[in-house]
Amino acid sequence: MPLYHNDDQAMLKDSVAPFVAEQAPVSHLRHLRDSADATGFSRDLWAQFTEMGLPGMLVPEAHGGLGMGHMEAGIVLEEIGRNLTPSPFLSTSVGAVAALAKAGGTQAGRWLPAIASGEAIVALAIDEGAKHRPDRIATTATRAGNGFRLDGRKSFVLHGHVADMSIVAARTDGGITLFAVPKDARGLTADPRRLVDSSLASHVTLDGVEVDADAVIGEVDAGGAILDALLAATRTGAAAEMVGVGQGAMDMTVAYLKERKQFGRLIGEFQGLQHRAAHLYGEMEVARAAVMKAQQLLDEGSDGAKLMVSVAKAKAGRAANLAVREGVQMHGGIGMTDEYDIGLYMKRDRALAEYMGDVHYHIDQVARMNGY
Amino acid sequence: MSELDAFRTEVREWLEANCPPEMREPVRDEDDICWGGRKWVFKNDAQKAWLEACVSKGYTVPDWPKAYGGAGLTPEQTKILKQEMKRIKARSPLDSFGIWMLGPALLKFGTEEQKVHYLNQIARGEIRWCQGYSEPGSGSDLVSLQTFGEDKGDHWVVNGSKIWTSYADKADWIFCLVRTDKANKYQGITFMLFDMESPGVTTKPILLISGNSPFCETFFDDVKVPKDQFVGEVNRGWDVAKYLLGHEREMISGGGAGGDMVSVGALFAKSLGLNAAGELDDPILRAEMAAFDTDVFAYRAMGERFMDMWKTGRAHPASSNMMKYVGTELNKRRHELVMAGGGSDALEWDSEESKGGARARSWLRTKANSIEGGTSEVMLNVIAKRILDLPGA
Repeated sequence: MPLYHNDDQAMLKDSVAPFVAEQAPVSHLRHLRDSADATGFSRDLWAQFTEMGLPGMLVPEAHGGLGMGHMEAGIVLEEIGRNLTPSPFLSTSVGAVAALAKAGGTQAGRWLPAIASGEAIVALAIDEGAKHRPDRIATTATRAGNGFRLDGRKSFVLHGHVADMSIVAARTDGGITLFAVPKDARGLTADPRRLVDSSLASHVTLDGVEVDADAVIGEVDAGGAILDALLAATRTGAAAEMVGVGQGAMDMTVAYLKERKQFGRLIGEFQGLQHRAAHLYGEMEVARAAVMKAQQLLDEGSDGAKLMVSVAKAKAGRAANLAVREGVQMHGGIGMTDEYDIGLYMKRDRALAEYMGDVHYHIDQVARMNGY
Repeated sequence: MSELDAFRTEVREWLEANCPPEMREPVRDEDDICWGGRKWVFKNDAQKAWLEACVSKGYTVPDWPKAYGGAGLTPEQTKILKQEMKRIKARSPLDSFGIWMLGPALLKFGTEEQKVHYLNQIARGEIRWCQGYSEPGSGSDLVSLQTFGEDKGDHWVVNGSKIWTSYADKADWIFCLVRTDKANKYQGITFMLFDMESPGVTTKPILLISGNSPFCETFFDDVKVPKDQFVGEVNRGWDVAKYLLGHEREMISGGGAGGDMVSVGALFAKSLGLNAAGELDDPILRAEMAAFDTDVFAYRAMGERFMDMWKTGRAHPASSNMMKYVGTELNKRRHELVMAGGGSDALEWDSEESKGGARARSWLRTKANSIEGGTSEVMLNVIAKRILDLPGA
């Protein structure tokens, strides 16, 4: 498969890009922020996403979805990134769907159709501290009655306070097990915190939460592979969203270089700025290619996907970070004002960079996967 | 089975039968790859057999038309051939400036007669070409070149000098930018072709910081060039040169396109040692190598995407400048890390253990990557102007 969008994918982009730009531009984020919205996203917008079939794009057709791949989901995520659109798409429609589809069984049958129909929002309760350390999960699931009892603390759970279900990774006797924990489970509390990018992420406490045996996603002790699928999909999706954030910031900045005058000429005429903008362009193009390669390998089910996912998350993290930093700097004083959007890009980039492993985590993974 | 799958099977079988085992060994020395030409001495029988086998199939230039010595493969087929060659670690049967640079220029600007004549010679490895572009006073500002061809009716008389002429001392012919109109800067240059054995041509190798001399100074003293030996139109050689520079950038970047770049950290895992956690036992160097590897793997994907888009006309025409810039800067960084990983061993200049100072010399050689074929700074200028459309660039 060539590493560019085919005709169907180009058509998808042509319909999604104007839709997101019109229905959820940056002003949409500002509106939610300034009205102290407590949900974290607009349910009306999610209903519009549903009309277009977007929540179920990755859901297999047998479960009422479109059966598309990560390359297609990435198209949507890039536009979400470019417009800084608050949306549960990444956690619900990418991360949760990847885990449920990989696991199959009761929970897949229950939740995948509900995601595809736009009824269910799903949160991913993986992290337990300020840094992403999925190999050190301490939350426990112990057998109790005919089910399990969950105890632990989760953090950085996006949409955790409004999710209809949370996927909780917990340690069982023989490994990792994933659980589908419904929102009304007794002992489950979500404490939402406003983050720098105005999104809401919860600290989730599981205090003796009792779930039935069929709440297990996949098999007991065999959650490692399902967690890997969840992580690969979410990391790749976050990388695609960062490409959108970086591209949006870069486009805005390059446009500014063509209109701002100082010393009697457009600042874009200064070679000092031209070279930095050109360098940024190269970094963004490379990041985009890396993300597309990761999407392609995931869609093919290739063994090489894991390495490329870490490469994509790290490279997109570096490139988008450069884009927002250069963006604020090249905008000068107004780049520091809340009125201008460029600062919002910097904030969203920071949150996405941290999500599901930052640049340093993934560069370390690249070293490990190469035997050093 | 799809047509492409059938083609893959066919190629795989052909390679198995025709690529000698010696030609699947890693390249160690420059002459391990055949560069062709009248002066070429085959290193061994396998090198000759491999070239001849590929020539007979058109595989030295697989995407050129059959009439010009190629195999007439589509971009998809060419990609498959390359993948299959890479799979068995086959060496390139023939490398040359004729294939990378003059060939594409002739395909676009040459007459039918020129294509049949020169391209077949290039495809068969019979003539080795060198490139006469830069002059002592015309580096990044190439269009200021002064080498002059005086019109003498049925021929030009060329006087002047070129510099950084790669392998001029080994080349048979030169494609050369010559001023034919002093009054017109851009439309006063002709893209000439002539024999390096013409009377009045002399070459002098230049000793570089690497201790090697891959480049020459080339002097022209009343060199007669017949009036039919030019490409494109008289005084419009700059169009050809610009087109060709794009290809050169594609090659310099694509040469790597990251494809041959293995993990630099993995390269040193053994010599530097691993700690109990299986990490390279030099934490800051490990971090730098890992960050570099991440960039290389990403760039490799970019190389694949760039070629897929370039071959199907989807790429921005100036994107080869971006590839050249990113690729050469990465290669320089790689060699800095190789030197750091090698420590004092890598400093040795001529010992047998160091293979004649291979690492140090390669490290120094890479410093030219971001100078030759357009400096990194010129690449950034071009990206700013042609891709980002910044003002006054």
